[in-house]
Amino acid sequence: MSRIVASGVGAVSSAGWGMDALLRVVESGEPPARGEFERTTADGRTVTLPVTRVPKLEDRSKLPRDPRLRRASAVGKYAAAALFEALGPERFEEVRAGKVRLGVVCTMMNGCVNYSNRFYGEVLSDPATASPILFPETVYNAPASHLSAVTRCTAPNDTLVGDGAEFFTGLELAAEWLERGDCDLCAVVAPEEADWLSAEAMSYYSSRMCPSEGAGAVVLEKDGEGPRLMAVPDAVNYADEPDRVAGFARLWNELGVDDDGATLWCDGRVGVGRYDAAENSVEWRGPRMSLRPLLGDSMGASAGLQTVVALAKLTAGAAERAVVTSVGGNEGLGGALWAR
Amino acid sequence: MGCGMAENAGGFRAGRTAFREVDLFDTGKQRTKTAGQASLPGRPAGVGRRAWERMDRGTRFALQAAREALDEADLAGEMPVFVGTSAGAMPLGEEFYRHAVAGDRLGQFQRVERYQPQRQLTTMMRELGVAGPLRIVSNACASGANAIGHAFQMVREGRAERVLAGGYDGLAQLVFAGFDSLQALSPSGVPRPFDAERDGLAIGEGAGFVVVESLESARARGAAVRASVLGYGAATDVHHLTQPHPEGDAALVTMTQATRMAGLEPEQIDYINSHGTGTPLNDVAEAGAVRRWAGDAVGGVRLSSTKSSIGHLLGGAGAVESVICLMTLEGQWLPGSLNIREVDPAVSFDLVREPRDAEVRHALTNSFGFGGANATLIFGREVAS
Repeated sequence: MSRIVASGVGAVSSAGWGMDALLRVVESGEPPARGEFERTTADGRTVTLPVTRVPKLEDRSKLPRDPRLRRASAVGKYAAAALFEALGPERFEEVRAGKVRLGVVCTMMNGCVNYSNRFYGEVLSDPATASPILFPETVYNAPASHLSAVTRCTAPNDTLVGDGAEFFTGLELAAEWLERGDCDLCAVVAPEEADWLSAEAMSYYSSRMCPSEGAGAVVLEKDGEGPRLMAVPDAVNYADEPDRVAGFARLWNELGVDDDGATLWCDGRVGVGRYDAAENSVEWRGPRMSLRPLLGDSMGASAGLQTVVALAKLTAGAAERAVVTSVGGNEGLGGALWAR
Repeated sequence: MGCGMAENAGGFRAGRTAFREVDLFDTGKQRTKTAGQASLPGRPAGVGRRAWERMDRGTRFALQAAREALDEADLAGEMPVFVGTSAGAMPLGEEFYRHAVAGDRLGQFQRVERYQPQRQLTTMMRELGVAGPLRIVSNACASGANAIGHAFQMVREGRAERVLAGGYDGLAQLVFAGFDSLQALSPSGVPRPFDAERDGLAIGEGAGFVVVESLESARARGAAVRASVLGYGAATDVHHLTQPHPEGDAALVTMTQATRMAGLEPEQIDYINSHGTGTPLNDVAEAGAVRRWAGDAVGGVRLSSTKSSIGHLLGGAGAVESVICLMTLEGQWLPGSLNIREVDPAVSFDLVREPRDAEVRHALTNSFGFGGANATLIFGREVAS
């Protein structure tokens, strides 16, 4: 692999809009405030589920101004704000002016379920009045499309769907595009939005996982300044290796991680033993962080948020290297190794 | 149109259409009640009953098509799998929603788990005996073409010997109602791409898969090679979320990229399988892009839309239409753009209105999706020595 570096990071999370808010929560270890989804079923029961949501946007300057975002779903806005921060205002304008070609890779698991939920509810009620404004926002690639639209950039734009480890496939694809010269910069963005339907879905996996939402964005480029992407091996697919502990051992080996005390491991543990077994199977003495129990599980966005925190730590000189991993729920295991 | 290459080729060659009343969900309150609803094939040999029962409709189509591609290539085992889909297992998501609203928890874990396309496709890989990284591309209606394009690039650059690639989508109520809400579906149920009076598209369903393999690897195995993948282009149309740029700017980019990569001039393309949805805006934009791309040679460009026969397969469209291009290269015929009464004045190319014999050395397919995902693939009959 050529020298592929992360030249910008951005985040929207339950900690707030922007990297500063995220890092403050990570440093303090104090979880963001929890709320709840409450709804009444057709048979009159009340269902209440916890959620750690992204706080309301107070500072409008964190979101690019563009007509496309007026009707965009929250997941599209999270993606746009994270990308805007990762690019920074100067590069954002350069992309918009056509001086720099920006590729976009969005990775997601839950995607635009909030709008699908609302639209399908309307369809069942009366399809003749179902909103034509909602439907386009239900499509997986709507957020990615908004990113290209707000940056006015016609370079390649792909949405990859998968489990919680999909973000690493996105990094791999972005590296391919940069190597080939398909774009000058490539943003890998993992946005997700929580709603009652997805929260309820998550509750069937474990009542101990608190659903969350947000977006993590990394801007990659070739031969620039920033933490270097050292390894992003092919994800280990469960069709190939159904045993997660064995699969993780394979991934770990391919990542080439040294437990040398100078490597930070930002793992994907959720705080539930059966889901954490693979990452618990590795003996590790170096620094280690688990963000999901702190921030909530933002599904496909979690690996993106882990990555931006790890990159911020590298940039701040807190470690020489950082490894980020995720054990996906039903597709595979992925990870990436970065160096300062 | 049917199951398998032979049945489908026979249908397109004969100019058949595949539209009928949808009986998978209630269309009573929709403007349109028909679609290219396919007959779901039975469980293929070697696929476990339990796995088959747990698969959603779209994945079953995908498994059938992937099985045929692998059997023909005489392959299984290690290879990356790239799949395009727009709706995934949406009908299972709809089921989850209805049970949740009703307050019924029974079976919900299975529904939410099986709703996720990565779960479905990982099961499909296991049943096919294929192992490797899975990449699910969801670029709306260009997804299938993008998946094959990714596979082509990966093999071309030596990052894999072979990739199983394709696309699929099954009919889903949410998607059907969505297109109806946009008034994009033809009220008559008869799509007429490039007709002056066209009034919308028809949704279809199905899957198409190919094995993209390096020539060296195929030759070393003694495998029969159907065609060469010669070019791929991808670009983003930033004009509007659901409408193409009126002049087809991004389509022009992808067609130009793909022909340049293939080392061909537009006049060397013997057939274009167009995106051709039958909506007023899409067809005029694509016609404009073809005119700009071909220049003075546009009159000799032979083009049709097979969506007039089977409807718009959404995430599966680009893959199925790629496979149709392979049929034309092999059979030396062109499928027709059916149901046309009066050709739109924007058409300056040779619109193929009924199936015909023709020499086809190079075939190009266009796919354009919601959100501006545009892709073009070019296939060649000649296999480089």
